[in-house]
Formats: sequence, C-alpha cells, structure tokens
Amino acid sequence: MNNLNSRFSLLSLDPTIIQKCIHCGMCLPSCPTYQETKIERNSPRGRISLMRAIAEKRMDLTELFAHELYFCLGCLACQTACPVGVDYKTLFEASRQDIEKSQILNNPLRQIARTALIRFLFRSSFRLRTFGKMLRVYQSIGLDRLVPYLPFIPAKLKDMMAQLPPIASHFSSELIQPRETPFHTKVRWKVGLLTGCVQDLVYSKINRDTVDVLLYNGCEVICPPHQGCCGSLHAHNGELKTAQLLAQKLMDAFPLNELDALITNAAGCGSHLKHFSNLFPPGTPWRKKAEEWDKKVFDIHEWLVKIGFSKPKLTDTSQPQPVVTYHDACHLCHGQKIKNEPRIILNSLPFIRFVELEESDHCCGSAGIYNILQPEMAHKLLNKKIAKIKQTAASILCTANPGCLLFIEKGLKKQQLNIQTVHPISLLAQWYKMANPGEPTPQKNQEKLAIPK
Amino acid sequence: MVSKEPTDEALRSLIDHFPKSSLLISKEDLIPYSFDATATFYQPPLAVLFPSSIADIQWILQWAKANHACILPRGSGTSLSGAVVPQKNSIVLSMAKWNKILEIDRNNLTILVEPGVTTQSVQEEADKLSLFYPPDPGSYKISTIGGNVGHNSGGIRGLKYGVTRNYVLGLEVILPTGQLLWLGNKCMKDSAGYSLKDLFIGSEGTLGIVSKVLLRLIPKPQERQVILASFSTLEAAAEATSAIINAALIPSALEFLDRKTIDCIEQYNPAGFPKESEAVLLIESDGHPQAVRDEIVCILKVLQLYNPLDIKIAEEPKDQEQLWKARKVAFSALARKAPTVLLEDITVPRSALAEMIRKIQQISSQYGVEIAVYAHMGDGNLHPVFLADEQNEDLMEKVYRAMKEIFLYAIKLGGTITGEHGVGLAKKEFLAYQYNKEEFQLLKSIKKILDPDNLLNPGKIFD
Ligand SMILES: Cc1cc2nc3c(=O)[nH]c(=O)nc-3n(C[C@H](O)[C@H](O)[C@H](O)COP(=O)(O)OP(=O)(O)OC[C@H]3O[C@@H](n4cnc5c(N)ncnc54)[C@H](O)[C@@H]3O)c2cc1C
Ligand code: SF4
Ligand code: SF4
Repeated sequence: MNNLNSRFSLLSLDPTIIQKCIHCGMCLPSCPTYQETKIERNSPRGRISLMRAIAEKRMDLTELFAHELYFCLGCLACQTACPVGVDYKTLFEASRQDIEKSQILNNPLRQIARTALIRFLFRSSFRLRTFGKMLRVYQSIGLDRLVPYLPFIPAKLKDMMAQLPPIASHFSSELIQPRETPFHTKVRWKVGLLTGCVQDLVYSKINRDTVDVLLYNGCEVICPPHQGCCGSLHAHNGELKTAQLLAQKLMDAFPLNELDALITNAAGCGSHLKHFSNLFPPGTPWRKKAEEWDKKVFDIHEWLVKIGFSKPKLTDTSQPQPVVTYHDACHLCHGQKIKNEPRIILNSLPFIRFVELEESDHCCGSAGIYNILQPEMAHKLLNKKIAKIKQTAASILCTANPGCLLFIEKGLKKQQLNIQTVHPISLLAQWYKMANPGEPTPQKNQEKLAIPK
Repeated sequence: MVSKEPTDEALRSLIDHFPKSSLLISKEDLIPYSFDATATFYQPPLAVLFPSSIADIQWILQWAKANHACILPRGSGTSLSGAVVPQKNSIVLSMAKWNKILEIDRNNLTILVEPGVTTQSVQEEADKLSLFYPPDPGSYKISTIGGNVGHNSGGIRGLKYGVTRNYVLGLEVILPTGQLLWLGNKCMKDSAGYSLKDLFIGSEGTLGIVSKVLLRLIPKPQERQVILASFSTLEAAAEATSAIINAALIPSALEFLDRKTIDCIEQYNPAGFPKESEAVLLIESDGHPQAVRDEIVCILKVLQLYNPLDIKIAEEPKDQEQLWKARKVAFSALARKAPTVLLEDITVPRSALAEMIRKIQQISSQYGVEIAVYAHMGDGNLHPVFLADEQNEDLMEKVYRAMKEIFLYAIKLGGTITGEHGVGLAKKEFLAYQYNKEEFQLLKSIKKILDPDNLLNPGKIFD
C-alpha cells in the first residue's frame, strides 16, 4: 500500500503538487474562513504554506496545524479560484490523513464521538438504518420536543440532539425497487442509482423523485437496497482504510459491466464517488475496477443534460409562478465543476420563475460535519447565506446536497422564514407529474421487494 | 541595521501589552507571513500585530525602537517585489482588518477609507453612486488601498486615467517617530510647498504607516467597448500600439498578451482568445457613446495597417468582463508553465516598444531561457515573465543574467526597472543603474530624515 499512502501523506506527496502555489492570493477573496478572520493562517495560501513547511520538514505536524485543518471547511472554493491550478483537495485530504495518523487531536470525547460516528455508525448500513429507525420512533412520539425541558440531560448533549435531522417516514429501499423499468417509453439506458446514507435516511423522497425522473427519461434503474455510506465522510476525515472498505462494498453491490452510468444526486457523495480510484494503489484489481467505476459516475443533473432530458410542455400557465433560487453546493460546483446543469434544469421549468442567488457558490457552513465541529463559524456562514436568500424574495430554495438542505432548512426555520428547501430534481419530478396528470409513476413492478424488518 | 534579537523580557512586555486576538506569535501563524507573491524570498517575522488604534501603532514603534526590532506594514501581501517579505526581527503590522469605508462625499466626489479596504470594495462603492475609481491592478479583488499607495499601483486603465497617485488627495500617516500627520485635502489643486503626500505614495512602507486615505472619484463613463485584435508576430502588435499612441489616440486600456500567456489563461478558464495568433491586443475605449464610436473607428483604421489576423469587438458588458477577467489572471495562470515564475516589470517610452520586445526575444534565445510577455502596452509597461525552476541552479543563473540584461536595455532606451511593482528586495540591486550616485544619496537621505532609526521596512528599495 506504499504507493497509495504516499498520496495521502504530506511527507511523501509529490512535491510539485505543493510547490505549485505561488502565494499570489487570488484565492483569498473566495475563502470563507479568511474572509471572516483576515488572518493568513485561515486562508488557503496560509494553510498551503504550513503544509509545505511540514512536507519540507521545516515544521512538525502540530496541534494548531491540526485544528487549522479542521477549521478549513474543505469547500474547495479556493481550488476553483486558483488560476495556477493548485490541487487543494489532495493537499487537504493528505493533511487530514496525517493528522489522524498522528493522533495529535485525540482526547477521550473526540475519540468516542469519532468512533461512534465514523467508525461505527456510518460504517455499516445495517447499524445506520437501525439507528435511523430508533431516531424515527424518538421523533415520531415527540420525545425530541421534550428533551430541551429535561433537566437531567447536559446542555452539550441537548445541543447535539438538536442537530439530529428529522428521519423520513420511509427509507429508500421501501420506496424504490431493486430494478425499475419505464413502461411508457423504450429503455435507452440502464443506470444504477446510488442512494447515499444521509439522503437515504432523511431525504429518501429525493431518491424516489430521482428514480421517477430517470424513468421518464428512458432509463432503467438498478437500485440495490441497503447500499450504505460511500465513505466520503471517512476520506474527508482522514479515515482512509474505512473509506476503502466502504468503496469496495459499494462497487460490489452494482453490476458495473451492465450499466451505462451510476447516478448520484448528493453533491458531497458525488465528488467522492467519482474518484474511487484514488483510494487504491495502481496496478491492483481494485484500482482497475475503481477506474471503470469512476468513468461511469454522473451527477443526476449532469446526466440529464448529457442525455438531453425531456422538457414536457406545460398546458396551464395561468398559475402564479413561485420564485425559485439555487444555492451551489460546494461539492457540486467546486468539487465537480457542475454549475450550469442544475440551472439548465431549473430554467426549463415553466411553472417557476428562477432568480439567481448572489454569492450562490459561497459555502453555507454545513460542510459535512463541520457544522457540528465548528458551530460558530458554520452559523456565521449560514446567516450570510440566509440574508442573501432573503434578498431574492424566493419562496423556494433549491440545492443538491442533503447536508446543505438540512442546514439551510434549519436556519430558515429558526428565523421563521416561510421558504421551502427542495432538491432541483424533486421540482423536475413534480413537473413531470403535473404535465402527465393521471398517469401513475412510470415504472413496471418487476421485482417484488422483500424489505427486512 | 537591525541585528540583535529582542530579549525574553522585551517579548514578554510585547505579549502582555496586546490582547491575544491581535498579536500572533505561534510559528503556525508566522510562517504564512514569511512571503509575498514574489518567488524565492522567505523569512518569518517575529510577530504579527493587528493594531486597533493609532496608539497601538505608536506603542509598537516605540517598542521596536527600544528593542532593535523593525516594523513592516502590510496589506494583503500580493506585492511582487519582495516588499512585504519580513527582515529579521520584523513585526508585521497587518492592516487587513482596518478596512472601513469612512466617508463618501458626493459633493466633492471623494471617498475616505481605511488602508485595509480592498481596491475592489472602493470600485464597488463608487459604482453604487455611478462614480468611478479607475486604478485596478490585476490583484484588485484582494489588494488593499494601503498596498496600492505603498506601490503606487497601476492597472489596465493607467494609460488614460493614470495610477494610484493620480487619485490620492490626502493621507493620514504615522511617522516612525510616532508623529501623526494629515497630508493633503479635498481640493483639486494645491501648490503649497513640497507635496509631502506624494513622497509617501510608492514608498513601499519605508517612510510612514498609512492609516487613512482620501481618494478622488470621477464620473462613470457612459459607454465602453473592447476590441480584441490578434497578430501573427509580437512586433506587429507592438508597432500597432506605438502607431495608436502616435495618432494621439488614448484608449482607456491597451493591453498585450503573447501566445504562452494566452495558452495558460485558456487552460484556466477559456475566454475565447484566438487560437492561431502569436499576440493579441485588448483595447478598451470608454466615455460618451459618440466619442467611443469615433475612437473605435480610428483605432480600427490604425490596426488595419499592421495586418491583424482577426479583429473582434465586444460591446456586451458580459463579454467585456470575461475578457478583462481573463487578462487579470495572466500572471497566476502563467505559473502553470513552470515550477518557478519570476515576473518582471519594466517600462520604456512607447515609441521603443517594438525594439524592447525584439530584445526580449533575442535575450530569451541567447540565454536559452523561456520568457513569456504580457504588458500594459499603452503605458509602455512590459511584464516579461521568466519560466524557471528554483531547483535548477544553472538555469537560475542564466535567468538572472538575462533579467539584468533586460533591465539594462530598458534603461538604455530611456525606461525604468519598475513601472508599478516597486523595488522591494527583488530589484534593489538594479536601482543603482537607473540613478547616479548623487541621486541615490538623495533618496537615502530622505529615508534618513523621516526614519532616523531605520525602523520601517528596512532593507527595502536600498540597504
Ligand atoms: C496576480 C497579481 C496581479 C497583480 N497585478 C498588478 C497590476 O496590474 N498592477 C500593479 O501595480 N500591481 C499588481 N500586482 C502587485 C500587487 O498586487 C500590488 O502591488 C498591490 O498594490 C499590493 O497590495 P497589497 O494590499 O497586497 O499590499 P502588500 O503587498 O501587503 O504591500 C505592498 C507595499 O505597501 C506597503 N504597505 C501596505 N500597507 C501599507 C500601509 N497601510 N502603510 C504603509 N505602507 C503600506 C507594504 O509595506 C509594501 O511595501 C499584482 C500582484 C499579483 C499577485
Ligand atoms: S477549502 Fe474552503 S475554507 Fe478551506 S482553504 Fe479552501 S476556500 Fe478556504
Ligand atoms: S492557491 Fe492558487 S490562488 Fe491561492 S495563493 Fe496559491 S497559487 Fe495563488
């Protein structure tokens, strides 16, 4: 595994990656943490200079450096802005990997939280779903509303419990069959759908909408139940081994050779799913398979625009058109460079009026589990985002990542703003249904589901 | 010169005086302040201070004097001359958080700002009132007004509108002695005595610390059009430029990019530059709509005489913006080409442009050193960019010799070794070629009068 580990360690990284930064500062205006503090250490240029100092053995990996790398959102806005083409993502992941290996940040509480979350919960789809079910019960009987008033629960724990997302009434496997085939049109493509883990527990409806949209566009959909986490959380948090394991499991779940594409609708997962090959050493069978895999992964917006999605005509235009705006999830616009496609889709919807959001590609503060680890900075960024959303006078905010959806939704609620948060694909699905009233969802019930209880 | 390290006791008094949030001393905080955008210079400071009042600055100046340290005022550190690379025992005085817009005077068309305000913020503030702040260095999104004053920065509109100096009406300055001065006023004319204010503009933080800047704004031009003309040789583009100037046409911008630069820009973000040409000119005309139309017609006529391969006109603001955005990333984008890029900054009289460009090409092949060129051509301000590699000593030696020859040739043509980036550390060695002994001594004696203890940014411009 030497070859691979070198990619994930500052000390053995190809020096040209790190030397590429010329300190020009062109990335600074786009960096949310620098914009808030104006301190160089909190800027991409500053962070890269520290990475370089470590790589060149002018500095040890220190606790402050480690904290700095967890203060960075990993939003990759700097990478988009950098005219030189510095690969910040690789530097960032290598740094976090080194930090975890060094155990410099270890303390009992962090250990427990990380083990519980990253090593235990998000490692197994069974555990995650079981946890989801428990949470669902807890929320459905209203216990979550009671907790803030219970005196015996410590404030810190109450805060954490308040961060828990509302669990959907059904998981994806209860809404989507392992194979669905369009009946109203001939099959043009065969695609796999990645259901994600957070998306599966919280926004399974978006997964269902995605399947509907794919079916409307002539795609047969293969969707293995209980897919689990793709490992993006682990890779971004320096847990390389687990990330590898989860990637292998996921690749094994799909009949890769039969598929034209693998579709993901969650920005964060997508930017990881497209680079599975980075996780495996060159020349190994897993690397080969991952390379095949990488070529086939498409974000749903990207795929729809690529295949020329159908734009049904709307008959009734007398309805008032709600104003819709769009927030670019970092991992879609910076991570995957997908900016136009969601706009093409939204602009094609005649029953809404699309308005651009100012600074739409600035991070909302959600950034994986950043909002839990760095609540102060996360909320500063969220408030900025909400102020911009208010300026658009939109009644619907679209974004394509479960983390952003959850975080922004929460922020809007807290400010008692009546603005809905929706995945662009759900709007498109709604449109297909409106344009084809009376028609059932365009699927053949080919395989009966056997849902494990 | 500064030599002795401050004692532990002195450091303790420094740490005790300022709150933790405004004084950074950890190595993780100092390393990111050890460089600017100039390749090859590196030296961590002793500490970084974010002052919150004039009194803070006066205190730190006194402390520095008492403890043989020195003070380095800093904006965003985008300097391209090593001017904000610390010397030993420097306290970096970061003005980045001192960034409020204090007053906009609509009656006098002025704006009063703190030095940490970015150039872009001033432009945007002016724009809100349909006014215009023309200086716009390529780094405008991040460079600060304090830094612009420090380097007398120019930009693509220098040709018609001038540089930072032409817009500074007043400065609040703290001298190294701690004395606070207000220089200048809101008057458009002022002939009272020596222009002290002008002494500080372009002084690279060596004479005083700028704490407020009063800037002049002008009405926003109603109309703008941009010509993109491409040529099969660099000289043809240079000759066309000289001809435009000779015809007494002064467009608002006249920029030049060679093939290497265009290739890199297109790699970063395709802006639609022509694929075949060796050089392009980007020419902007602005002002009254009729005047713009007339000027464009005249410029096109001149351009036709130099066999352009293609000419396009961008009338839509969106297309113009795309071209200017592309132009402004030229330097950083060129860094794609080589491990180390050294950007130089010479200016020659505009009639000598073609000759200077020919010489750069000749020097490039003579030394076997790859040199890209882009330029504020209308100003005669050329940026030869050396594509080098720090690890290759042999190559670096050749680069250095080629560079020196280019400077000497520019001076021979009646030019200067820096048009906008300043001398800093990078070019102090070459300054002596441009000034004679007496002149050089005069420069030094000005520093001596204002900064007798050599506290402010010592070792920059000259030793
Ligand atoms: C990509 C890129 C493009 C550029 N394009 C241009 C261009 O087109 N034209 C151009 O002229 N330059 C250009 N530059 C150079 C640089 O951006 C300018 O010199 C700019 O004005 C520096 O601003 P700054 O805030 O970064 O200042 P800094 O680099 O921090 O400081 C510059 C100088 O000013 C002094 N200084 C800063 N603040 C104060 C203060 N408050 N009081 C006293 N002295 C102070 C410093 O000591 C230093 O000597 C470019 C640089 C880059 C990286
Ligand atoms: S990833 Fe985001 S927060 Fe981190 S350095 Fe880049 S722009 Fe800043
Ligand atoms: S990361 Fe890129 S844009 Fe930022 S300072 Fe380095 S080279 Fe410049």
